[in-house]
Amino acid sequence: MLIRPKEGILDPQGKAVERALPALGFEGIGQVHVGRMVELEAESPERLDELCEKLLANPLIEDYEIQTL
Amino acid sequence: MTWGVLQFPGSCDERDALFACERAGDGARLIWHESRDLDGVDGIVVPGGFSYGDYLRAGAIARFSPAMEAVAEAAAGGAPVLGICNGFQVLCEAGLLPGALLRNAELRFRCHQVDLIEVGSEERLSIPAKHGEGRYYAPEAMLDEMETNGQIAYRYAEGHNSNGSVRDIAGVTNDRGNVLGLMPHPEHAVDPLTGSTDGLRVFERMSRVAA
Repeated sequence: MLIRPKEGILDPQGKAVERALPALGFEGIGQVHVGRMVELEAESPERLDELCEKLLANPLIEDYEIQTL
Repeated sequence: MTWGVLQFPGSCDERDALFACERAGDGARLIWHESRDLDGVDGIVVPGGFSYGDYLRAGAIARFSPAMEAVAEAAAGGAPVLGICNGFQVLCEAGLLPGALLRNAELRFRCHQVDLIEVGSEERLSIPAKHGEGRYYAPEAMLDEMETNGQIAYRYAEGHNSNGSVRDIAGVTNDRGNVLGLMPHPEHAVDPLTGSTDGLRVFERMSRVAA
């Protein structure tokens, strides 16, 4: 599961990373956002959306995406 | 009134909350997070700290504890529930209060005395604040609805909003008014020795909810 701050909500962590980049010589990089990734093994994908809505993400402030490997 | 103060692994302000409740009420006892027993308790404090290590998101795991299930039932029955700092985060995650608390806009953990204005009475309170994730957020439409319902309880006084909260919001209530959450710590401001007794007014407010 990839969980990221909702668009339009101030993401100070992403901003801090972005501001550090020029000092390290990385130019032309913007729109940095920091989220988190949760890896898990599930027997069936059925209730994974519910799991994200209820626990792994806070739908008020975060978007999530489920990737099956 | 008699208060119950929840204690999670990682709580750190429950002792001060207990002391404040004893000052403001008729007594208080700790309630371990695995207990659902709220017998003899008229109101509940969800205290500050770092419940369950703040893993995942602050308050996200504490909300599933047996004690919080009992608190949700008590809140639905009209009992006063006061969430302070991490307790505010827990109540938001539990859906007992609207909104969410995000990382401070400046990314710094802020620890200092702040002035609050109680919405309605316009009373000014001087209370310590100490948090890294205290930036109150709710979508605009939700905020408008909350303002209409009188759910904004405390705002940071001008120049005192150090975490970037929307509309300077420091504390909110549920629709019914019996659940209150705020980021600053009234339980640390109940004795002149520490500079202010204004925190008692927050506990008194909750006692009036119970009455």
